Amino acid sequence: MQLELRGITKRFPGVIANDNVNLTLKTGEVLCLIGENGAGKSTLMNVLYGMYKAEEGQILLDGSPVVFTSPADAIAAGIGMVHQHFMLVPVFTVAENVVLGVEPTGRFGSLDIDKAREMVREVSDRYNLNLDPDAIIEELPVGVQQRVEIVKVLLRDAKVVVFDEPTAVLTPKEIIEFFEIVKTLIAAGRGVVFITHKLKEALNVADRIAVLRRGQVVGEVDPKSATESQIAEMMVGRPVQLIVDKKPHAPGEVVLEVKDLSIVDADGRTMVDHVSFTVRAGEVVGIAGVQGNGQTELVDALTGLRHSTRGRVELDGQDITSASPRERHSKGIAHVPEDRQRQGLVGGLSVAENLVLTRYHDEEFSNGIVMDWPAAHRVAESLITEYDIRTPSADIEASTLSGGNQQKVIVARELSRPLRLSIAAQPTRGVDVGSIEYIHSRIIKERDTGTAVLIVSTELDEVMALSDRLLVMYRGKIVADLDPKATSAMDVGLYMAGSRPASAVNA
Amino acid sequence: MKIVASLRKIAERIARTSSFRITLLAVLSAMVVGAFIIILSDIDKLQNGDIIGAIRTVGSAYWALVVGSFGSLRAISATINSATPLILCGLSVAVAFKAGLFNIGATGQMLAGGMAALWVGFAMDGPGYVQVPLAVLAGALGGAAYGAIPGILKARTGAHEVITTIMLNNMAGFMVLWLLKTNLYQRADRTDPISKLVTAPGHLPRLFGFLDNRPDLIAHAGFVVAILAVIVYWWFLNRSTTGFEFRAFGMNADAAQYAGMHTKRLTVMAMMFAGAFAGLAGSAEVLGTYGYASQNFAGNIGFDAIAIALLGRSSPVGTLFAALLFGALQAGGRQMQANTDVPIDLIVVLRALIVMFIAAPLLIKAIWRVKVAPSSTGQTFRGWGS
Amino acid sequence: MSTVDPVVLPLVSAEQRKQARSVGFTLVVLGIVAAFVLGNRPGDAGFKLVDSYIFVIPAQPFARMLAVVLIALGAAQLLKGFGKWTNVVLSIAAATFVVSFLAWAASGGSFSLTGMLQDTVTRSVPIILGAIAGILCERSGIINIAIEGQLLGSAFAGAVAGSLLGPWVGIIAAIAMGVGLSAILAVFSIRYRVDQVIVGFAINFFALGLTSFLAARVLTDHPDYNILAPFRPIALPLLSDIPVIGVVLFTQTLFVYFAYVAVAVATWSLYHTKWGLRTRAIGEYPKAAGTLGVDVIKLRYRNVLIAGAVAGVGGAWWPIGMVGRFDQNITNGRGFIALAAVIFGRWHPVGALSAALVFGLAEAMQLKMSNLDTGIPSEFLLMAPYLVTLVVVAGFVGRSRGPKAAGQAYDAQ
Repeated sequence: MQLELRGITKRFPGVIANDNVNLTLKTGEVLCLIGENGAGKSTLMNVLYGMYKAEEGQILLDGSPVVFTSPADAIAAGIGMVHQHFMLVPVFTVAENVVLGVEPTGRFGSLDIDKAREMVREVSDRYNLNLDPDAIIEELPVGVQQRVEIVKVLLRDAKVVVFDEPTAVLTPKEIIEFFEIVKTLIAAGRGVVFITHKLKEALNVADRIAVLRRGQVVGEVDPKSATESQIAEMMVGRPVQLIVDKKPHAPGEVVLEVKDLSIVDADGRTMVDHVSFTVRAGEVVGIAGVQGNGQTELVDALTGLRHSTRGRVELDGQDITSASPRERHSKGIAHVPEDRQRQGLVGGLSVAENLVLTRYHDEEFSNGIVMDWPAAHRVAESLITEYDIRTPSADIEASTLSGGNQQKVIVARELSRPLRLSIAAQPTRGVDVGSIEYIHSRIIKERDTGTAVLIVSTELDEVMALSDRLLVMYRGKIVADLDPKATSAMDVGLYMAGSRPASAVNA
Repeated sequence: MKIVASLRKIAERIARTSSFRITLLAVLSAMVVGAFIIILSDIDKLQNGDIIGAIRTVGSAYWALVVGSFGSLRAISATINSATPLILCGLSVAVAFKAGLFNIGATGQMLAGGMAALWVGFAMDGPGYVQVPLAVLAGALGGAAYGAIPGILKARTGAHEVITTIMLNNMAGFMVLWLLKTNLYQRADRTDPISKLVTAPGHLPRLFGFLDNRPDLIAHAGFVVAILAVIVYWWFLNRSTTGFEFRAFGMNADAAQYAGMHTKRLTVMAMMFAGAFAGLAGSAEVLGTYGYASQNFAGNIGFDAIAIALLGRSSPVGTLFAALLFGALQAGGRQMQANTDVPIDLIVVLRALIVMFIAAPLLIKAIWRVKVAPSSTGQTFRGWGS
Repeated sequence: MSTVDPVVLPLVSAEQRKQARSVGFTLVVLGIVAAFVLGNRPGDAGFKLVDSYIFVIPAQPFARMLAVVLIALGAAQLLKGFGKWTNVVLSIAAATFVVSFLAWAASGGSFSLTGMLQDTVTRSVPIILGAIAGILCERSGIINIAIEGQLLGSAFAGAVAGSLLGPWVGIIAAIAMGVGLSAILAVFSIRYRVDQVIVGFAINFFALGLTSFLAARVLTDHPDYNILAPFRPIALPLLSDIPVIGVVLFTQTLFVYFAYVAVAVATWSLYHTKWGLRTRAIGEYPKAAGTLGVDVIKLRYRNVLIAGAVAGVGGAWWPIGMVGRFDQNITNGRGFIALAAVIFGRWHPVGALSAALVFGLAEAMQLKMSNLDTGIPSEFLLMAPYLVTLVVVAGFVGRSRGPKAAGQAYDAQ
């Protein structure tokens, strides 16, 4: 089946998300759609999937135009989609999620769950996906959840499969497995559209690469001849520095010491399991790991948002295990949270109010009862200038800013004061390249002034580039303490997946 | 001259804002639907084919509504009197909304506050400048204490305040009934549940007391308390440190916790503030309007307050005007019931319709074919989990 | 790195410990109440089960024995914990406590326990049906605060249509009214994306205002519009011959039998049908269903309307199943109790049924208690069920998780 998008234009209030986009996909081909966050990749695919209606343009299947008014139409036409945020009901089983919408039924519309199990098992075996139909989604690792998504698509007999940022949540090993799955799909005569912002993967897997910038296709390149920096320049529109520029570090005294920390959650699951490590002044310690291996809980415990079940946390030799978030804050701990929408910002408050969100109670802004808003405004204005936050005014709601600028608000608020320890979780998730460069440089600058820095990121490239020391977390334990300069990404990936590289086993 | 010019500017700005237009059109739409209800329920006239007569009833009913709420000093006084507890209870619901909590318990808190104020009201005998503030304060404290219960339960155990406040409302009703039969509260010569009378100096002074021979002007100083409460609420939200914490917590509880706010303490405080406002409403009713308490002195005010807070979007000025509108409907409704055969219950329908229309600007837009800015009332409900 | 020997002990989180502790303390408190309050009245209590047999409980010894057992259980829970048996232990303890309370109240006399239980089932009907309506909506992602208004509106419609055209037409009219009010909820929250709590409350006011208005304007002048003969209990053949249970469960009006069926059908459909799977999906994560081609909007409309029909039957219970007429605000907050039952029963029809029966028992007990001389003011007895709910919600249900998407408008885009 040949798929063609012709002159697709999709507008949202104030922005043109897709501007006259033309693309074609042939059977047995992997087309890679690459572009920055916000370039319009996901919008384009949602148009293809019948979730958005484009203002202009046509979709053609084997040369004849089709109109999709809902995902149901797209599915019926043989288009399947694996979304970036998995479309899985967390409390359902694998089988329930897979058959949702195409349920096998018995008498009186009763659900034939045995049949559903069988269907899952059949597809899972055929493509070697190894799924348990009765497992509950929320208890599965992300990599497995993705395979459930793939089974969903295959069960509906999709001829074209769209993967939206599929590797963002996978370990390097899982990524390799994922590429194997893609190859089986191609071998089975299906077409694959692969959306990503990672250059290496695009070059690795694609037959053709289309580069999207600000809603427009700015060019197609051949992965056999193109280079990373060439594509990056097309994506961003200017030359980009792909490596983090930093001086060798000069570690000082121990600032953070974590001793034998364990965390059990409300349901009795052990999320952090006897973890011990230190972070010194003037060094960046990175924690790598696949999402859901206890990093979130560890950061929560270090910042006082969660009680640890046992163990000790010390800052400059002082016990802060049971200190409140505010006490930690006043002792010089900064926290850039992993989810800026959920934790880092209050979308309904103004940019200025968000810039003092963790400091409003300081003497500078409040006498304990009354706020000094003019003072807060002055500080906000200067931070907006210093950190280059693009906002029409300090008084508009923070939710109206772009992701990169929202993140800059948080970074500005957290780093603009004397610090001992800076903890940043996923500091550049969903942020444009310009902001990534800026945030990275800010973090390195903080290190160079003698602050201890702890970076938690699931982006292996990022955490390897920034860190002076690299820890790997797997199932709540720290399984490796590495020198990022002397370790390959592949080896780190093996630790992230719970195994050990051959070199380490021998040593 | 300058004042006049600036006043005109303000008036123009209000007239131009779409929320004002929506409110106006919503009231109008509600009146139209109300008119249909009046006509269609006039079955005797309709059976006799007297459609003109049925329509005429609508005219006289709505005329009475206007006259009874704003047509005379007496009407304005009645409007003020009805609006007083509505403003205070509206603030009670509003302050909880601001902190992300849904206070259905204004009724119970009003009863608790009213009973506390009442005790000071009849146990003391002047001087008024001591007794009245003391009684009002007792009302606020009583309400705050009762409001603290769901707050503490939510903070400590996560019990949802929608459930706990409903339960506490029912319990407060029986508690009042019991208290009104004890020697402490029951009037000496009575066997039914009715309280002792507030002593003369303990009454909230009448607003129009300076006019001679007008005992019909029933508005009392509780209105002043309510206006002060609106000002305090405005100041608290916009100027105070805790008010900032309330707003941040209400919009994003996770971020508030991340920012080091004591969210459990905020939960308890928000419910205590809510209770205090409702308690003030209770004391205004007991010390100003009735001078004693009967079993059901809170009436439906606690529920009306939810509509008021929703209508006023929990803002200080919005809540004030919403309560005045509801108060005017209440006062006018009494006149309407007296002048025509249209029962006062119509105003409950009108209130419901106004809330519905205001909440759905898209519907207003569709009906009246006007341009309104897309505005949302926001989401008041944050899910059953906590 | 420091080497601390890992201690191999199952770690327990603070939340788990707190939960276990609160159960333990509750048991101890119940024990103390049993010892000092329920144990203070000598005399036997007679519970009439069937006409020929009176079950006698010596109130004082029973209470004292119960006190010892409860305190022992509480201590065991605090020291060791019952693990997964906690809830079972707690339910049995609570049930025994209620028996002891009744024995205390009735000591020195006797009353018909069977009659009270029968009354319990009867009175829980509108709460059960209201709760099912709530569950159907919330499972599809629409908060239904308007149960009260739906019950009240359909009670009115049922009374008028039932008086004029007979009870069956009355029920149909009540269903139509329930569906109509639900349609308002559906259109405003789905089509116009209005905050669901706001619409819900507005519907409650609307129903209260309109029924009161019409009752005052129309029914007072036309008493013949508001009088009908309510359904009589029907004894089911065979089943009603079972001692005690036969009277309690199977000598009831059609409304009760409808409630049984509604609970059974709702449970089966939610968990064992295609419709149920889709409904639960759109309440948890509508986008997941939407991207698989399920028409979220249509399903939400349909479920909210079905919920209205169920609430309509619940509203018809007042005029047609119970009192034979409509009075202003006759539902008197039962819709909110039903909402509590939804949460209390954790969004499961059977859970809601249990909660509704607890509230029904409370109502039935109130009526009985006012006839018994217990020495404590009746107001406190009337307050008891609400206090119990408060304690249960605070202590054990706690942070219950409802359907995730409830309250959020769905955007297909």
